[in-house]
Amino acid sequence: MATIVDITEEKALEVKKFEFTYASADEPSIKKLDMPIAKNSITALIGPSGCGKTTLLRSFNRMHDLYPGNKYNGEILFKNRNILTSKEDLINLRIQIGMIFQKPTAFPMSIFDNVAYGMKLQGIKNKTELADRVEKALTDAAIWKEVKDRLKHDANGLSGGQQQRLCIARAIAVEPEVLLFDEPTSALDPISTAGIEELVVELKERVSIIIVTHNMQQAARVSDYTGFMYLGELIELGRTEELFVTPKEKLTEEYITGKFG
Amino acid sequence: MTHTQKRIITNNIVMILSTLSAVIGIGFLFWILGVLVMNGVDALSMTIFMEEGAPPGYEESGLKHALIGQLIIVSVATLFGVPLGILAGTYLSEYGQKSKLAETIRDISDIMMSAPSIVIGAFVYAIVVVPMGHFSGWAGSIALTIIMLPIILRTTDDMLQLVPSTLREAAFALGAPKYKVITQVVYRGAKAGILTGILLGVARVAGETAPLLFTSFNDNFLNTDMMEPMASLTVTMYNYATSPYEDWQRLGWAAAFILSMFILSLNIIGRLLIMKRKGK
Repeated sequence: MATIVDITEEKALEVKKFEFTYASADEPSIKKLDMPIAKNSITALIGPSGCGKTTLLRSFNRMHDLYPGNKYNGEILFKNRNILTSKEDLINLRIQIGMIFQKPTAFPMSIFDNVAYGMKLQGIKNKTELADRVEKALTDAAIWKEVKDRLKHDANGLSGGQQQRLCIARAIAVEPEVLLFDEPTSALDPISTAGIEELVVELKERVSIIIVTHNMQQAARVSDYTGFMYLGELIELGRTEELFVTPKEKLTEEYITGKFG
Repeated sequence: MTHTQKRIITNNIVMILSTLSAVIGIGFLFWILGVLVMNGVDALSMTIFMEEGAPPGYEESGLKHALIGQLIIVSVATLFGVPLGILAGTYLSEYGQKSKLAETIRDISDIMMSAPSIVIGAFVYAIVVVPMGHFSGWAGSIALTIIMLPIILRTTDDMLQLVPSTLREAAFALGAPKYKVITQVVYRGAKAGILTGILLGVARVAGETAPLLFTSFNDNFLNTDMMEPMASLTVTMYNYATSPYEDWQRLGWAAAFILSMFILSLNIIGRLLIMKRKGK
């Protein structure tokens, strides 16, 4: 059984007996997983490649539904409802639970249109409102100063770090309640990485954050809670400082001290 | 002889042979273009664009009827072929993906792409011309649509598949419905590629003669009624070039020149678009 710390805060999400099986696999990639996610804090998911952390992350916004045949079991509770049911309105869910990907995913359009995209999808047409919210999102994502004079330029002309911040601006512009980060800095240089990490910490005032990372230092630097996953199971979820200093599980200790992974 | 010497000699032989082959190929291309330009430019005059066909010996004979006929037949074919091809390509890449139906369509369209165009002409002759009882512009456009369709379908399919799936996922993750992901994000990412496919498809059918011989046939005078036989540059060129009259032969050269320049420029624009995309 996993060691799961008591979460004192309100919960943003709660995973209960969750199982996930890929269309091409016989065995579930995530097995009977229970995990609370604290509100307005940062939860990092760590673990060796193939442990299921990204699979779990992509279940929170039902990204797996884009590919046929994938199967969910159990429950993920969000606002007192199980989001894994077939009745779930995925469009609405994805507006409330945003996602930042490993590689920057700037759309082939202008910087302004990139940030406005999510809002336009929600039917916001008022030009001043759009402009105001684009500016606010870009300011919050700490990129406004760099791009304010070239909002009409192609977003693909930005550097990798700038594009990633643009993607964060795009995601926060629709005011989600949860943001999922899938190794958001693995394609970036150290300076851009530091910038993104700083940004992530600032964002937790407004959103609950789950971040998948291969980088244990990153987890230690930014997160409040850390979950260690291994072979599709959650081994330990603890307060970050406790998990890294005094892990309760032997496997966790071996992983964070570099004995395997 | 050492191993290194052997390698250098082999390398030189292969280099000389391949350079020679390339020079021969390009040499023929420029020879063709050269003859075409010499004879074509010589035959060009304003009358060609102002006058219709006339019996041999008449001063006032031109290609206006063939130019306009060609334009109508190719435009109508493009009008049908482009949306059909793009929609079908979209189905393959975005909906059918690796399904049996999608793979079958891909195979069939690959076969159609290499099918001799005269066979498609004969097919349209059987299903359109025979029931109608006569040749028509419509039949010509239908034949060209069928030839154009697999080209546009496959380039659209290929170009859409080149758009990284993370881009689609990012749009879905913002709460976009599938049709908006495709039309607003995926199409944008593949815009230059799809446009290139369209240009190459149009260029390909614009040079077709065989399917038109069976379908739109020919008309020596200007006709804009799609229900009637219609002149085209290619068929006119074929008729004039094989005629024994010198003034008709000159018109044939002019037709060949105009057509080649049209197709050449479509191809060049297509390549430029590809280069622009790669340069990004």
